[in-house]
Amino acid sequence: MIIAVASGKGGTGKTTVSVNLARMLESNVQLLDCDVEEPNAHLFLQAEPKEQAVVTIPVPQVDESLCDGCGECANFCEYNAIVCFGTTPLIFPEMCHGCGGCAIVCPKKAISEIDKRIGMVETALAQNITLIQGRLDVGVAMAPPLIRAVKTRLREGMPAILDAPPGTSCPVIATLRDTDFVVLVTEPTPFGLHDLKLAVDMMQEIGIPFGVVVNRFGVGDDRVHVFCSEFNIPLLLEIPDDRRIAEAYSRGELIVDALPEYRRLFQSLIDKTMQRQNV
Amino acid sequence: MQELVIISGKGGTGKTSITASFAVLADRPVIVDCDVDAADLHLILSPQIKDRHSFRAGHEAIIRKEKCSHCGACLSHCRFGAVRMNSIDAGKTTFSIDPVACEGCGVCVRVCPEQAIDFPQRFCGEWMISDTRCGPMVHARLGVAAENSGKLVSTVREEARRIANEGNHPLVIVDGPPGIGCPVIASVTGATLVLAVTEPTVSGEHDLERVLSLTRHFQIPTAICVNKWDINPEMTVRIEDKARQAGARIVGRIRYDRSITQAQMVEKAVVETAAPCVEDIKAIWNELGFS
Repeated sequence: MIIAVASGKGGTGKTTVSVNLARMLESNVQLLDCDVEEPNAHLFLQAEPKEQAVVTIPVPQVDESLCDGCGECANFCEYNAIVCFGTTPLIFPEMCHGCGGCAIVCPKKAISEIDKRIGMVETALAQNITLIQGRLDVGVAMAPPLIRAVKTRLREGMPAILDAPPGTSCPVIATLRDTDFVVLVTEPTPFGLHDLKLAVDMMQEIGIPFGVVVNRFGVGDDRVHVFCSEFNIPLLLEIPDDRRIAEAYSRGELIVDALPEYRRLFQSLIDKTMQRQNV
Repeated sequence: MQELVIISGKGGTGKTSITASFAVLADRPVIVDCDVDAADLHLILSPQIKDRHSFRAGHEAIIRKEKCSHCGACLSHCRFGAVRMNSIDAGKTTFSIDPVACEGCGVCVRVCPEQAIDFPQRFCGEWMISDTRCGPMVHARLGVAAENSGKLVSTVREEARRIANEGNHPLVIVDGPPGIGCPVIASVTGATLVLAVTEPTVSGEHDLERVLSLTRHFQIPTAICVNKWDINPEMTVRIEDKARQAGARIVGRIRYDRSITQAQMVEKAVVETAAPCVEDIKAIWNELGFS
């Protein structure tokens, strides 16, 4: 079973839900931090590092002795990662998606591919949780290849929770692909509702079952609740707007440890998610 | 013409609330929402849309089933896992492209021996020019699950600069996206100043460090402010010290104030209300020195 935790709006509590959910599960669980631009789950788990691996994408390299400057590669590249002015092409690796097309189209077989580093995948252990996190190198634009690399570490047969990046574009899609259920975290505010609607549109596009968690419940009004009941979206959990939660979070503490009275909330989220799963 | 870009690394630290307040405080600004993925600034500034433009960028591959000879060349060449092998149809495997996974590279189009793959331009969203009570606003909406957010960000920023130059607007104020990837890079490069809004939490601290390395990498002058600073005063001091060491200017602190959400509920910028934190935001605005 693979559950992803996502949200349209940033800062609604994806990581809070992910780490507390993982801790409350009694069995062994994999927690994948797919917010590779700003991975935060590790800050809440005193995890012991186990393994680190560099992640690369293939980018072109031109053998000048073979290249006749025909420009086929530059014509082909959809990402403007190769520019050619009748001489050996200039390559902009930071624009390259690593599709390999330039090497295929080169009539002189002058293009080979070399590895360009884009980030790291780190594995660590914290009690029942195996944390697998991606960390994009600063200055690298493209997160999806690194997210895919994180997800290749997923082992079958052990439940997994995926902490997604915010938004609804390619990094989120790369995270949610092939998951079984998605928990959308939002706030009962205008921004929260607006971005939830975007996230719901996205879920309908990719066709994965989902439910909603309302965080900071009490801070705004009932607009998110009205929306969810109108569209028959299951409301999985309300986390109250409690300054003690914000303070515990600020120190990197888990809610289920710092404020045990909230344990049953996360237990109910597990139960409801499992139920949805089995429907 | 100057350009102030507000980002945060971590989402939900208050970027948009602060940007809206600056839009109210500034003298004749042009306002831009570069969080094209989950744009919220319009919920406060209630723009009257004047022009809409569809945004097309890149291409997407589409297999024409009737020409497909089921050879699988597309599947073996696609590096993005976008070619789906479908059920066996009359003894043959059929292939289709998952539009959400397709990155529009064109490799399958090229390697298909039957020329059975079309490659039309992709509709990725739309961008708008609007009027607001604070000045002209350029904003956008990326299509659901669409690619090319970086290009859309560049498009709205360029448009805002053009409007600013033509109308002699002294300042462009940009509400940036969260993170440090493609849309953020497209939002900050070449800006006069980046203001990073953070919060005194372990995540806020961690994400700010990465944002500051990013702005240093692109050599953009950077200021920081700590929102909800009194949630954890010790951490606020620690974050400010680290930011100073990383070469950022500290321009102020904003207290934890639920009125920020209350202002959002009534579609107002915080500085248009009598919230206690208004003086904090005004002090930051004055410290930034754009007037």
